[in-house]
Amino acid sequence: MESTTATAKPQFSPAAQAEIKRLLTHYPEDRSKSALLPILHIAQAEFGGWVSPQVQDLVAETLNIKPIEVYEVATFYTMFNLKPVGKHVLEICRTGPCMLRGSDELTEHLERITSAKIGQTSPDGMFSLKEVECLAACGFAPIVQVREKYYEQLDTPEAVDGMLNELRNLVHRPILPWEETGLPTSIANNQSHGRTGQGFATSSFGNSD
Amino acid sequence: MGRKLLTEHINVAGIDTFDVYRQHGGYRSVEKALKMTPDEVVEEVKKSGLRGRGGAGFPTGMKWSFLAKPEGVPRYLVCNADESEPGTFKDRQLMSKLPHLLIEGMITSSYALGANTSYIYIRGELLYVLRILEKAIAEAYAKGYLGKNILGSGYDLDLHVHPGGGAYICGEETALLESLEGKRGNPRNKPPFPAVQGLYARPTVVNNVESICAVVPIVNDGGDEYAKIGVGKSTGTKLISACGHLNKPGIYEIELGVPVEEFIYSDEYCGGIWKGRDLKAVVAGGSSVPILPKDLILKTAAGENRLMTYESLSDGGFVTGTMLGSGGFIAMDETTCIVRNTWNFSRFYHHESCGQCSPCREGTGWMEKVLHRLEYGHGSMHDIDLLVSVAKQIEGNTICPLGEAAAWPVAAAVRHFRHEFEWHVTNPKEATAPGAAYRGAAVLA
Repeated sequence: MESTTATAKPQFSPAAQAEIKRLLTHYPEDRSKSALLPILHIAQAEFGGWVSPQVQDLVAETLNIKPIEVYEVATFYTMFNLKPVGKHVLEICRTGPCMLRGSDELTEHLERITSAKIGQTSPDGMFSLKEVECLAACGFAPIVQVREKYYEQLDTPEAVDGMLNELRNLVHRPILPWEETGLPTSIANNQSHGRTGQGFATSSFGNSD
Repeated sequence: MGRKLLTEHINVAGIDTFDVYRQHGGYRSVEKALKMTPDEVVEEVKKSGLRGRGGAGFPTGMKWSFLAKPEGVPRYLVCNADESEPGTFKDRQLMSKLPHLLIEGMITSSYALGANTSYIYIRGELLYVLRILEKAIAEAYAKGYLGKNILGSGYDLDLHVHPGGGAYICGEETALLESLEGKRGNPRNKPPFPAVQGLYARPTVVNNVESICAVVPIVNDGGDEYAKIGVGKSTGTKLISACGHLNKPGIYEIELGVPVEEFIYSDEYCGGIWKGRDLKAVVAGGSSVPILPKDLILKTAAGENRLMTYESLSDGGFVTGTMLGSGGFIAMDETTCIVRNTWNFSRFYHHESCGQCSPCREGTGWMEKVLHRLEYGHGSMHDIDLLVSVAKQIEGNTICPLGEAAAWPVAAAVRHFRHEFEWHVTNPKEATAPGAAYRGAAVLA
């Protein structure tokens, strides 16, 4: 079949190929399709934060399955972006517990300062805004996820500015979702915790100062 | 102050490493279990009275005993770490801070079930937790607690972490298994149940993170000791994720049986309602369970203190009670608009319906639309009854419980807060003002 575009066919980097090879050992040999979601995550990280039809075809080829088997999965799960996105996708939780602590206001604020609406990318290509459902961090609401990092308790303009500045200054864009980003991702390192003054020593955790 | 069976050492520096975890008594349950027969381990879990911590509250030991064990056929243990129920955020914290506790629980439980390959299915958003778990798993392999011939016992186990892709429905166990097989997360018809035909059509047990972790103290101290904690059939400790308008939101490991009032107001737990406001309502077990107004969450209809137990919270059925569910405890203060909150939850379920069953696919959309027009001042009195009617038509008519999960919050909101819905119809201008919420007769006047 003749190619209708001049774009070169995408290929996984050697690092991604090695990771895919490792992942395939997790499943029975005749069940390698199980690796589809993990490989889609790798593909999205490797090819600019979204999975184009060509990238989905590459995933199908990698797993030796029909392209439709990838399309139907990529369109079902909300983490996979099917259109080009900006450098950082801000995934804003909009579900009840976050709404109770100000996610509506957070969304309005982010739309204003990025000059993008939900579903759009800022004119400078830096931020795409995406609304998502519950991210399992309700006690630290309102929250935004950017790649594997959770930014929590974004209930003041200062907290939001801190997040955006950190992201603007991030030069290195990691290749694999599993790769260390150099950013604090764990709860223990997240400086935004503890504003409600709760320690875990005796009764709870997650908000340890 | 209650006992902490899971989280006693959670703030110890370095507890996410094998050595520090081991110094604090980690992996004893593996050593003990390997000297017992698998059936003896199952027996301890049965005696403990442990009930599934993901939300359904089904006895874990009984679930284990249903596992089919045909000769020569592999069987699987799959840990459900797809924590997505709004209001619930315990498993994420437990796994990221205490990865070895889950791994220890997986080894001990897999041995009891005779599984030689086990998976932790974690929601895709938690890739950083997946990394923490993979690092801890590598340590456990290096120390001989995973892999071939664990601690010289002859028992082999491989453990893998598998990420989802963003879909609430994959918390339903058969949807989770479909997803783990690389497919859309469409729940399966039952029977056959996973215990007979689960992952790759093999016998499979699916358990929540917290349930698997609870197996560790159960095996260490014995099921009878575990069962001494709690009240009646609500044994042991439970992680409660407290959020919403509380002074101290967070995760609390409680002994089941703490009075709800104490949990909300005492400084030991949530420290009361923020900004000195009054409590209006609570969703006690994740967004799927019925909402209760203040008077009914603090006391049962019979006037008894409501306790944090499966039985006490469900006292009165859905007329005056609710459920403990996943322990996602969402508190709402007096300024909360119940209509807006109900609309928000309905939008969630519409968004997350997999679309397989018409009553859920269409019904969740209807409820979202009707609630949207009520919230934005375009509703009619008829819409309120329409909501109840749609909710009734979803309930019980779907393959999986997402239908009920979508219907219950709506039905309960109308049951307990009908006046707020009516207020939106009769006073649309006031009701749609930014931040407006029904605050009683004074507002109506």
